[in-house]
Amino acid sequence: MNIKVLGSGCKNCQTLEARVILAARELNLNVQVEHVTDYPSILGYGATSTPGLVVDGKLVLSGRVPAVSQLKELLNAGH
Amino acid sequence: MLVKSSARWTPPLAVWLAAAALAWVLAYRTILPFWNWVVFSIAGLDSGARLGSSVHFFLYDTTKILLLLGGIIFIVAIIRSFFTVERTRQLLGGRAQGAGNVLAASLGVVTPFCSCSAVPAFIGFVSAGVPLGVTFSFLIASPMVNEVAIVMLLGLFGWPVTLLYVASGVVLAIVAGLVIGRLKLERFVEPFVFAMAVGQGVNGAAPTWNDRVAGAVNEVKDIIGRIWPYLLVGIGVGAAIHGWAPTDFFTRYAGRGNPLAVPLAVLAGVPLYSNAAGVLPIVTALHEKGLPMGTLLAFMQAVVGLSLPEAIILRRVLKPQLIAAFFGITAVGIILTGYLFNAVLG
Repeated sequence: MNIKVLGSGCKNCQTLEARVILAARELNLNVQVEHVTDYPSILGYGATSTPGLVVDGKLVLSGRVPAVSQLKELLNAGH
Repeated sequence: MLVKSSARWTPPLAVWLAAAALAWVLAYRTILPFWNWVVFSIAGLDSGARLGSSVHFFLYDTTKILLLLGGIIFIVAIIRSFFTVERTRQLLGGRAQGAGNVLAASLGVVTPFCSCSAVPAFIGFVSAGVPLGVTFSFLIASPMVNEVAIVMLLGLFGWPVTLLYVASGVVLAIVAGLVIGRLKLERFVEPFVFAMAVGQGVNGAAPTWNDRVAGAVNEVKDIIGRIWPYLLVGIGVGAAIHGWAPTDFFTRYAGRGNPLAVPLAVLAGVPLYSNAAGVLPIVTALHEKGLPMGTLLAFMQAVVGLSLPEAIILRRVLKPQLIAAFFGITAVGIILTGYLFNAVLG
């Protein structure tokens, strides 16, 4: 599963990245997490607020940092 | 007969919230008598003397503002969890000038927004057909009416001044956006912005109530964790001015007699970017020493509304001329507001 964290590198993006890795580990999922920082790509996914979360090429979340439990649901849904 | 399946009953969220609200009210009611007792009875300081009144001012103001920050940031974060930049963008798309500016300034107050998102939000707004002036109404209102400024004004000056500040911030954002729209500055937006393809976005994954509360608790921790050193320094300086600065010292230089006091206050506010927590206790002490409210409100608005870091971030999408127009028009608006309040409030 390919996961991208969208954002210019502010604190929220780092928190989201850490939580996604935690959620994936709790679900025993094999994921690669990338960080996307350039604006054209961020907007290309449709995120007009950061941080954004892209799972397998699809934007599933933007503008907030959810709890690990909700991230697990999002990762399960995209499974 | 129905039996609860879980062995241990965990109270529902509403019970926790009610308990927290009750504890908050009790704490807020107790701090004044508590510090009276500690400072004047236990430590035996004289309430009429400089040291006693400064120490009391420091301890009471610090605890009161921390409590207010906790309570109000929490409530604001819950309200904001119902708004997103995406939805605001849809609401504003295709709106005309005028009504669009009013809506944009109002949504700027409630939409969760950090200046690190300024560039994607700007591009998203423009690509959704939001007029430039309407976009700026949003970008001006959003930092100006922020929860920390509201808490500090509420805690230190009370309701009337807080409402005045919020209303003037919203009106200023509307008018400045209208002016920017009228000037037809679209040519100073970097051309790639109009060419950029913005994807569909996402509407799903609405937060649950547990998420909203957890998010709001995080927001409280995050903001207080970030601003407390400034708060302590600000209240310390305020307490020193309160106890020691001679009454006519500030009025001689920045009082009514000096017609340039308002623009100078605005200039002084710009480098203190977003530091409402550190600046407001000083503002309170200056007000006690006789500085007029309009000058002080203009100073506050400059501190939170004219942000150099945001201008630098926006340089990615705006040409310098447009950044200068944005800053200049907002600054003029703030200065006029200051003069107006100095005249009206007497």
